[in-house]
Amino acid sequence: MKILVCISNVPDTTSKINFVENDTKFDSNGVQYVINPYDEFALTRAMWFKEKQGASVTVISVGDASIEPTLRKALAIGADNAIRINTPATDGFTVAKELAEVIKNDTYNLILAGKESIDYNGGMVPGMIAGLLDYNFVNACVSLEIEGEKATIAREIDGGKEVLTCNLPLVIAGQKGLVEEKDLRIPNMRGIMMARKKPLTIIEPTTNDTATATTSFEKPTAKSACKLVDADNVDELINLLHNEAKVI
Amino acid sequence: MSVLVLAESSNGKFKKSSFEVTSYGKKVAEQLNTNLVVLTVNTTDNETLYKYGAEKVLNVSNEALTTFNAKTIANIVKQAVEKENVEVVILDSNANALYAAPLIAVNINAGYASNTVALPSSTTPFIVKRKAFSNKAFNNCEISTAIKVISLAKNSYGIFENEVSGTTESFTPELTSSNLTSESIEQTTGKVTIADADIVVSGGRGLKGPENWGMIEELASVLNAATACSKPVSDLGWRPHSEHVGQTGKPVASNLYIAIGISGAIQHLAGINSSKVKVVINTDAEAPFFKAADYGIIGDAFEVVPKLIEKLKKFKANNA
Repeated sequence: MKILVCISNVPDTTSKINFVENDTKFDSNGVQYVINPYDEFALTRAMWFKEKQGASVTVISVGDASIEPTLRKALAIGADNAIRINTPATDGFTVAKELAEVIKNDTYNLILAGKESIDYNGGMVPGMIAGLLDYNFVNACVSLEIEGEKATIAREIDGGKEVLTCNLPLVIAGQKGLVEEKDLRIPNMRGIMMARKKPLTIIEPTTNDTATATTSFEKPTAKSACKLVDADNVDELINLLHNEAKVI
Repeated sequence: MSVLVLAESSNGKFKKSSFEVTSYGKKVAEQLNTNLVVLTVNTTDNETLYKYGAEKVLNVSNEALTTFNAKTIANIVKQAVEKENVEVVILDSNANALYAAPLIAVNINAGYASNTVALPSSTTPFIVKRKAFSNKAFNNCEISTAIKVISLAKNSYGIFENEVSGTTESFTPELTSSNLTSESIEQTTGKVTIADADIVVSGGRGLKGPENWGMIEELASVLNAATACSKPVSDLGWRPHSEHVGQTGKPVASNLYIAIGISGAIQHLAGINSSKVKVVINTDAEAPFFKAADYGIIGDAFEVVPKLIEKLKKFKANNA
């Protein structure tokens, strides 16, 4: 089985979010970049298939040379090779088109990605890849088993889950549940050393069409201080929630 | 030209979010000086949508659509877009809508903006404000394609009555086959889900153990709220993962979020930032949650929560 894991290079969860150039660009100054947490679930599941059922795992990302440490980390975790598409990842539709082009030219049985990235939270790339290639697609995937050509998948629905089956090829947008958080891998020294020798192929983009663009960023307006209520006076809390906040 | 809203339903009845997207869709249609068409599947109370501004309802009625299939819905939307000459497609942010939206966007070659929180600030160019950076910022997103797809973040616009004299038309699109088969659906019954809840009551490690969750459930019951928990609680197995709220858990966009015994790690706050009013009950006055909350009680949950339940019961009885 050939697996492709789509990786986003995103600011670490704890990063301070600031903007520059008149609030039109993200300020990456001092920001630590990591593998998108949802993609880590996908990568870990791919490693499970590699180790338990036999599979080759390629990781792919769209971006300039600055994203390579993130791809090397995925290689250190155990991916066999990496591909970087050499263009900034500014628009989800364009990213999906670039990824679909690679998949079309080098068929994969299973394409895994996180359900969204924690920077733009678009939640569109995996579904768009599937749409462009007319592959099966399952969003918000919380479990995935594969036997031969048949996949059994669970997806989260509002207030429950749905179990689905289909044949490969398949695109999955994964989240927690695809693997448990405790099973996520941290690269060890041997993995880091081996990653240096693994192939990282750079390919040029095929399109410069964009469907969306950020015109500016905004930060939420600063909230007023928390109103503290005495622990012996819960009536006051009820009064505030009813008369001031009007939520009960 | 027209604006198309996909109104989700469950067992033939519209979800509350359908009224929100219809209200929003009506305003977008007004901005574009055009009409609003609402697409419904296997629903009978379509006239309800006229109250929120649906001038035309396209109703698809077909037993094959009893189980949701994203690809099939995306193809139906495409046919509706062509039939009604649609320039903007609007969906809600329920699980099914988020599943279908990227497939719809590809089908009609449309730019897609998810997590939209406001009406377009401009229609030429078409710019919408959306949540980004896990609710720590917004981006104003220009969609440059001829047709646009938007998914509206839950509880971000509101439900507004805007009565029109609408019409309902039966729509029989061609259905595509799919080899993706739904085998079973497990639905948590009898409980308010986090996605649908107006109020969420959430517990953290401060509750000391799963045996103490009775009071969280009772408080939720009094408020007709959903129950939730912080990540350490689900990691410890005190509560199911489906209740884990936070950056890699479920996002909450309720009107009221009550956090009990939760200190407020940055990942947790990222998941609840979209809630309108936040209440924290915690013994630790230095807990970061007090900086994010609107109202707070510094106190022991085991003393405060039972008192709150008792007082809320009286309040509910007096305000029934």
